[in-house]
Amino acid sequence: MSSKTLFEKVWEQHEVVPETADTPAVLYIDLHLVHEVTSPQAFSLLRSRGLKVRRPDRTLATMDHSTPTDPDEVFGRIPIKVESAARQVKELEKNCREFGVTLLGLDSDKRGIVHVIGPELGATQPGKTIVCGDSHTATHGAFGALAFGIGTTEVGHVLATQCLLQRRPRTFAINVHGRLQGGVTAKDLILAIIGKIGVGGGTGHVIEYRGPAIEALSMEERMTVCNMSIEAGARAGMIAPDETTYRYLEGRPYAPKGEDWDRALERWRALRSDPGAKFDREVDIDASSVEPMITYGTNPGMVIPIHGVVPDANGDPVHAKALSYMGLNGGERLEGKPINVVFIGSCTNARLSDLEMAARILKGRKVARGVRMLVVPGSQQVKREAEARGLAQIFIDAGAEWRESGCSMCIGMNGDIVAKGEYAVSTSNRNFEGRQGAGARTLLASPATAAAAAVTGKITDPRELLTA
Amino acid sequence: MEPIRSIESRTVVVPFTNIDTDQIIPARFLTTTTKEGLGKYAFADWRYDASGAPKADFVLNTPEAQGCSILVAGRNFGCGSSREHAPWALLDYGFRAVISTEIADIFRTNSLKNGLVPVVIDEDTHRWLMENPGAQVRIDLETTTLHLPTGAAVRFPMEAFARYCLMNGVDELGFLLQHSEAIDRYEQAHQA
Ligand code: SF4
Repeated sequence: MSSKTLFEKVWEQHEVVPETADTPAVLYIDLHLVHEVTSPQAFSLLRSRGLKVRRPDRTLATMDHSTPTDPDEVFGRIPIKVESAARQVKELEKNCREFGVTLLGLDSDKRGIVHVIGPELGATQPGKTIVCGDSHTATHGAFGALAFGIGTTEVGHVLATQCLLQRRPRTFAINVHGRLQGGVTAKDLILAIIGKIGVGGGTGHVIEYRGPAIEALSMEERMTVCNMSIEAGARAGMIAPDETTYRYLEGRPYAPKGEDWDRALERWRALRSDPGAKFDREVDIDASSVEPMITYGTNPGMVIPIHGVVPDANGDPVHAKALSYMGLNGGERLEGKPINVVFIGSCTNARLSDLEMAARILKGRKVARGVRMLVVPGSQQVKREAEARGLAQIFIDAGAEWRESGCSMCIGMNGDIVAKGEYAVSTSNRNFEGRQGAGARTLLASPATAAAAAVTGKITDPRELLTA
Repeated sequence: MEPIRSIESRTVVVPFTNIDTDQIIPARFLTTTTKEGLGKYAFADWRYDASGAPKADFVLNTPEAQGCSILVAGRNFGCGSSREHAPWALLDYGFRAVISTEIADIFRTNSLKNGLVPVVIDEDTHRWLMENPGAQVRIDLETTTLHLPTGAAVRFPMEAFARYCLMNGVDELGFLLQHSEAIDRYEQAHQA
């Protein structure tokens, strides 16, 4: 038998009909996650064709993108301020009722960002195919699942048939050697990887992150890495499951139980790339040389180490346009630059360990004068745990705003926005023009770097505050 | 979907690389529950100033760009979010095809499903197009060839099934539904 990659194993197990020269494969989808923004037109499609949801039991819906994070709005004490968002919420409630889909709605204590709750509930499992009308579905690949984002038409296809038409993507191994240094996080690692291969570097590929530095990561850190695969152009990023994965999953509500768990473990242990398996492309990264990273431009590949210098445009009009949008000059240092807003949240960095990291820096300190800091947990469960462990109080005492879960300031469509021209150090994943609000200037970084900026009011190496 | 055999138009060039879907349609316009009428939001933050007035220096606002249905853009067009609102907005605006040296995966898939033709070409042809905005070009799906006014004919790759669907106005859901029995068998075999 020939050696196979992890991706190939999962793909082949889900081929209902293999691809031919003329037709793509029919690929079976084990878990379909649905949210309010990319699903309304898909349910309309079903309705117009008189179709049902084929497997409501494999479909799980929540609301996160356009939902407010202000508790008064979330719990209905005042109406949702963004009216069109309120309509989307209503629409998803109606669609889930009509089609029999489980909805973790606004009042559910299991609600949260779709990519935070899938793993948290144990619905995300090794070897599964998982899709969602959202490009950060790659997050779930941290468990050795094949997980990728799809468009709304495809959401309709999966609702109706539990399948997708897919061409087999190419494979790409990113081998991460060494060990991350103290104060350097998984976020810094993935930013460094994107900086190295570029924002289109993974196009057409499924990435497998491997090597000792990846094996040493916790599940939450692995999710941060896989989450940003799309920022390198790859639809999916995967990490082979191991003991860390199984420990995380055991006992979670949707995880298999008893004998089913034992059988699942047996299957999952086979899910790794065989020795000698061939990838279409390979890149090596040394984790020990990665520094805290921060973006300076308008795509995540425009990234430098925290002590670095903003690269010159050198006549490149696109680079010049990005610098002008950001109000930065080539040759300038970012360190020490004053900022206006700090956002800790999003499907990249709003899990418990991310909040713990930020709290370590904020504990006993205050958010600098004139800086607005928003901390938005990734799910209601993360919120409860952070409150129980005293993290929320640390944020509140420091002067930060502590909110209900949701996508919040990651995407300027729910009322949480950064004002025009303001600098925001954000733990989210996209620094595109206008992403956090029209004219907003986003600097992507780790929760540690974001928290350090909140305390000093300027861009700061978090290691200075972690040791102090 | 209307069958598409060929598209002929002058081009409009938006000369930036890595144009992400947040530029094609900013997130604040995604709180819609239909597909219609998104063209007015296409490139909204580049097209309009804060007061909503058109920015004279953005190419889509120039007289030459009016009526062009082929968009030429820099490498890695359509990267970022999976929002299908991006091709919906471009189509509603009046575009029928996008030409670049690289088009992001999800955007490309979404475009094909809606009849926006993604055309990926080589660097040299692309450079010529970037330097000659307004060129009258023809995209022929029969032969998957891009015809330039210079007489050059450049082949571009297109997945066979996607091309078949575009040319025959076939929608993929119908095709998937024909596989219902195979899906039943798969589910039984996997006790799903
Ligand atoms: S947190 Fe941001 S990136 Fe993640 S799903 Fe929400 S909007 Fe998308």
